[in-house]
Amino acid sequence: MVEFREAIVTALDEELAANENVVFFGEDVAEPGGVFKATPGLRKKHGDRVFDTPISELALTGAAFGSAVTGLRPVIEIMFGDFMPLAMDSLVNQSAKYWFISNEQQSVPLVVRSAIGAGSRLGAVHSQTPVPWFLGVPGLKIVCPSTPNDARALLKAAIRDDNPVLFFEHKRLYSLKGEVDDDPVELGTARVMREGADLTIVSAMVGVHVALEAAEALARDGIEAEVIDLRTLRPLDHAAVAASLARTGHLLVVEEGPRTGGWSATVAAEIAEGSLHDIDDLWRLTTPDLPIPFSPALEDAFLPGAERLAAAVRSRLVSRSG
Amino acid sequence: MVDSGPADALLDMYRRMRLIRDFEELVQALFLKGEVPGTTHLCIGQEADAIGVASALGDEDRLAGTYRGHGVALALGVDPQALLDEMLGRATGVCGGRAGSMNVIDLSNRLIGCFGIVGGSIAAATGAALSLKRQGRGGVAVAFFGEGTINQGYFAECLNFAQVLSLPVLYLCENNRYGEFTPYEDVTAGEVLDRPRTLGIPAEQVDGMDVVAVRDVAEGAVGRARDGEGPQFVETLTYRFVGHSRADPGAYRKQGELEEWKLRDPLTVARARLVDELGVDAGEVDAVDREIGAQIDEMRSAGLEAPLPDPALLAEASEFKG
Ligand SMILES: Cc1ncc(C[n+]2csc(CCOP(=O)(O)OP(=O)(O)O)c2C)c(N)n1
Repeated sequence: MVEFREAIVTALDEELAANENVVFFGEDVAEPGGVFKATPGLRKKHGDRVFDTPISELALTGAAFGSAVTGLRPVIEIMFGDFMPLAMDSLVNQSAKYWFISNEQQSVPLVVRSAIGAGSRLGAVHSQTPVPWFLGVPGLKIVCPSTPNDARALLKAAIRDDNPVLFFEHKRLYSLKGEVDDDPVELGTARVMREGADLTIVSAMVGVHVALEAAEALARDGIEAEVIDLRTLRPLDHAAVAASLARTGHLLVVEEGPRTGGWSATVAAEIAEGSLHDIDDLWRLTTPDLPIPFSPALEDAFLPGAERLAAAVRSRLVSRSG
Repeated sequence: MVDSGPADALLDMYRRMRLIRDFEELVQALFLKGEVPGTTHLCIGQEADAIGVASALGDEDRLAGTYRGHGVALALGVDPQALLDEMLGRATGVCGGRAGSMNVIDLSNRLIGCFGIVGGSIAAATGAALSLKRQGRGGVAVAFFGEGTINQGYFAECLNFAQVLSLPVLYLCENNRYGEFTPYEDVTAGEVLDRPRTLGIPAEQVDGMDVVAVRDVAEGAVGRARDGEGPQFVETLTYRFVGHSRADPGAYRKQGELEEWKLRDPLTVARARLVDELGVDAGEVDAVDREIGAQIDEMRSAGLEAPLPDPALLAEASEFKG
């Protein structure tokens, strides 16, 4: 069994070893080993290809871009996803555009790792999930693993990918343990985590675990939920969702993020367009359109938890069949 | 107070520093007990900056702090109980438990906010200075930030912005030598003061362990900004006696450094001046310590009994005003 954070450092270690053009830098990542202890030992092992930077997020993404189009394969860490806005210009206006507008002269092989997500009582600007901010930017891949195995395999795939990849690590997953194998995982592929005939629940990151817990509770009531982990949020594996929906007829998309503008809305829209005749029901569970509150009393109510999810499914299925 | 001679004024500053110190120790103790959720960034060791600067401010002035903001909040007169209750995530917190330790806002006490994003305080104070200048009542805005922040885009952009517009703002850089776990010199080129100076902003350094020195330098700088001389810059030489935040064993500190700085604890320095130079009876200083200690004990019980916010507010609250 391997912890999620170990899976991260292992993937980095292996890719640094495999390709000398891979470099890794960020704030407090080298000597201190990262504020989430996800990168210890890399500096010692790989020397100056791993280094600490100033608190300069735009310089980080900008230097990653410039170095990526001239021979390196940089992996950088933006400590919290909430700091992404400071780093965004280079990602959105340089990295995401370069391959297409250069008439395909050169792609931008960089990876941005970042810790994201709520539930750790860190308040409005250390808890967000930045996916919606980037979802509408063609040219960026967005990877959101939920297990240690996927974390390792997908991070390796991201580093080997020739395109800019945002790799989001949910803070509440760092201590999660799981089995790890050596099978590669392709970016852009979803995975069925649990089979069931009555409805399909689609999520990512912590949401997958919430959905699995809810599915167990629902099974006790005779409702069998299929749970799909999207794993990559851009590009989205619509085919996997559509195939499941064709069997179950009911689709619930669970997103830790605001109701408006999230990836769950994109999934819902794509499925509605492409699989209209398979749909008996389709709905979303998200967080409210509000900043994330600090107090545990508020934050717990803010996030879609397993109990709420199961209750939502029960009442929805009853109201639809009744 | 009738007589505010040097002894009374210093004893008052000592009392306010003692409040910050004891407050921070209480927060730390409650954090370790799991009562303060999330994380905390304490300013133990840096109390003289907060009190020295606040002592130079008037009713029209405004201040923006950082995630390490409990000290400036208390120095500006934020109700200590409401501040503690905020840390505890209670409805009676200064922001109703919505903000938490890193993001406290209390406009009624001249605190524009504490900003969880490194550099955010600089932007907030720069904009406040724009507003204060237009109001024409002589108000000055102060930005607190650490030396690690001078590598952030906000710093370069806002200092120039303020200088070309001749804004009444004091940039107060607390140089405690480390940004999180990384020493200044590892990630920063040149000296702090050279950066404002190259823009023509008057800049000076002060002993941040001596509250009188900080107050005097701050009075001068705030006075010049008030008189229309444009932005001012002060670097305090200080030291954080505790970890950056929750999980910090302090492995990055140079050997003996902490002990050496502790000899110049701002409370020790102020006490010595009171007793040795100003002839204040040591018993009088002890009485202050006891008084604050009793206040803290009361705050602790009241805070732990304070009500939690009602999650129903999430359904009622709006992302917009009106
Ligand atoms: C934009 C941004 N980047 C990184 C962080 C994480 N972080 C919080 S405090 C800190 C160090 C800041 O150091 P300094 O400015 O010296 O202030 P100090 O904490 O020492 O008071 C870092 C990197 C952040 N909050 N915001």
